[in-house]
Amino acid sequence: MKKELRLMKGNEAVAEAAIRAGVDGYFGYPITPQTEIIEYLMEANPAETTGMIVLQAESEIAAINMVYGGAACGKKVMTSSSSPGISLKQEGITYIAGAELPCLIVNVVRGGPGLGTIQPAQSDYFQATKGGGHGDYHLIVLAPASVQEMADFVDLSFELAFKYRNPVMMLSDGAIGQMMEKVYLSPQKERSKTIYDWATTGKPATRERNIITSLDLDPNGQELFNLKLIAKYNLIRENEVRYEEFQIEDAEYLLVAYGTSARVCQKSVQLAREEGIKLGLLRPITLFPFPSKRINELANRVKGMLSVEMSAGQMVEDVLLSVNGKVPVFHFGRMGGIVTTPEEVVECLKSKFIGG
Amino acid sequence: MTEEILIAGFGGQGVLSMGKIMAYSGVMQDMEVSWMPSYGPEMRGGTANVIVIISSERISSPIIKHFDTAIILNQQSMDKFESSVKPGGILIYDGNGITRHPERKDITIYRVDATEEASKMNNPKIFNTIVLGGFLKVKPIIKMENVIKGLKKSLPERYHNLIPINEKAIQRGTEIIKKVS
Repeated sequence: MKKELRLMKGNEAVAEAAIRAGVDGYFGYPITPQTEIIEYLMEANPAETTGMIVLQAESEIAAINMVYGGAACGKKVMTSSSSPGISLKQEGITYIAGAELPCLIVNVVRGGPGLGTIQPAQSDYFQATKGGGHGDYHLIVLAPASVQEMADFVDLSFELAFKYRNPVMMLSDGAIGQMMEKVYLSPQKERSKTIYDWATTGKPATRERNIITSLDLDPNGQELFNLKLIAKYNLIRENEVRYEEFQIEDAEYLLVAYGTSARVCQKSVQLAREEGIKLGLLRPITLFPFPSKRINELANRVKGMLSVEMSAGQMVEDVLLSVNGKVPVFHFGRMGGIVTTPEEVVECLKSKFIGG
Repeated sequence: MTEEILIAGFGGQGVLSMGKIMAYSGVMQDMEVSWMPSYGPEMRGGTANVIVIISSERISSPIIKHFDTAIILNQQSMDKFESSVKPGGILIYDGNGITRHPERKDITIYRVDATEEASKMNNPKIFNTIVLGGFLKVKPIIKMENVIKGLKKSLPERYHNLIPINEKAIQRGTEIIKKVS
């Protein structure tokens, strides 16, 4: 079927894609810069078309626990927020990870810490990729870099969430949430009627009731569960790494950047090449699992890497681990809601590597 | 072809919607487009700006600091963005409320007195489409038929009765824009 072309904000694309992906429920609470998601869904009122529930909860904490409940029933459910609101959701998120339930959490990141600013930032990388809440767990983390990917990754997120029974986060930022670009929308999917054998609905007489919990007071049982999670994360690391490369064939230096920074860095690559600097870009699409193996391979070919992120330097730690000392790695990025310019990236690259 | 445009002025002047019409017009012409608004403290303090990129190729960074064309609609924006026009680029401004006119010698400067013209036409709301007309006269990157299609796309259906007056405003803009230096 032909895809429908629209001009949309990234936030609106998430909302429309959620309806079309056959999501059963969205539970949210407004916060800049992602409020268009709930606004769009409320206006679209999909309860009357697909039957999707859209609900503004009384708080972020209520919203994530509604997601927990919906996911326990085997439904396709999601929430969205921005940095301070995502911090509030962390308790629910770790419980969902601990109960091995599928769901989608969208974080349209703004500058922090604290209430910070409403402008774009990438300073929630640690929180998204290293757990965020307490306990040993990982989310699968997808980093969209365009409005098109804001739409496409909704469906992909649910595919991965159900495949691994694991919460998935789309880690976006204020720039991608607020900007408009062309987007090709997938046709409407029907809401799934599948009843999962792990869910708390649809119990036939032939099996025991299912209990969804993240509690196991027996340390041996809990450790076995931790080992099971590790095995799952290793499987995800094995199968689900996604990245995109720009002009790396002859690159002597490599930028590593995701989301908005990756868009900025594409322009930096172009500017550097106009000056005769052979620069390439690797854009991680999955932040967990991180494309460590590929970055390690590229470390054999380039003279150095620059991790560009709108933070004080978070992803750079994963780049350093991946490179494992083979070549120098530096961080560059603006903070506080300021988007790095393509020129600044080239200047930094020159000062670190070329003695400019 | 890539055209990198900044539109900056007061909130309520139709800065963001002018950008939206441009972006939609680009889509109608099968171009790549991006529309990146200010949504932060500036907007809450009364000034608004938007970066529109229209290109025949995939657009890299939607956020840039230097522009082929800057459309400047108040003094604060003039002070902030005159220096952001690329050498050889274009600055278009409305003289209304401007106390310090642009001074750069390495760019081409046009003036479109759209506030005055909109008031003559008894409709202050068409201010932004008059400016858009002026822009299209000096940068005819989109065919007029696609601009009209873009206008229709960006206006909610309940306002479609306003399309003829906006078409007229675009036309008027092309007539009144004049080169300053």
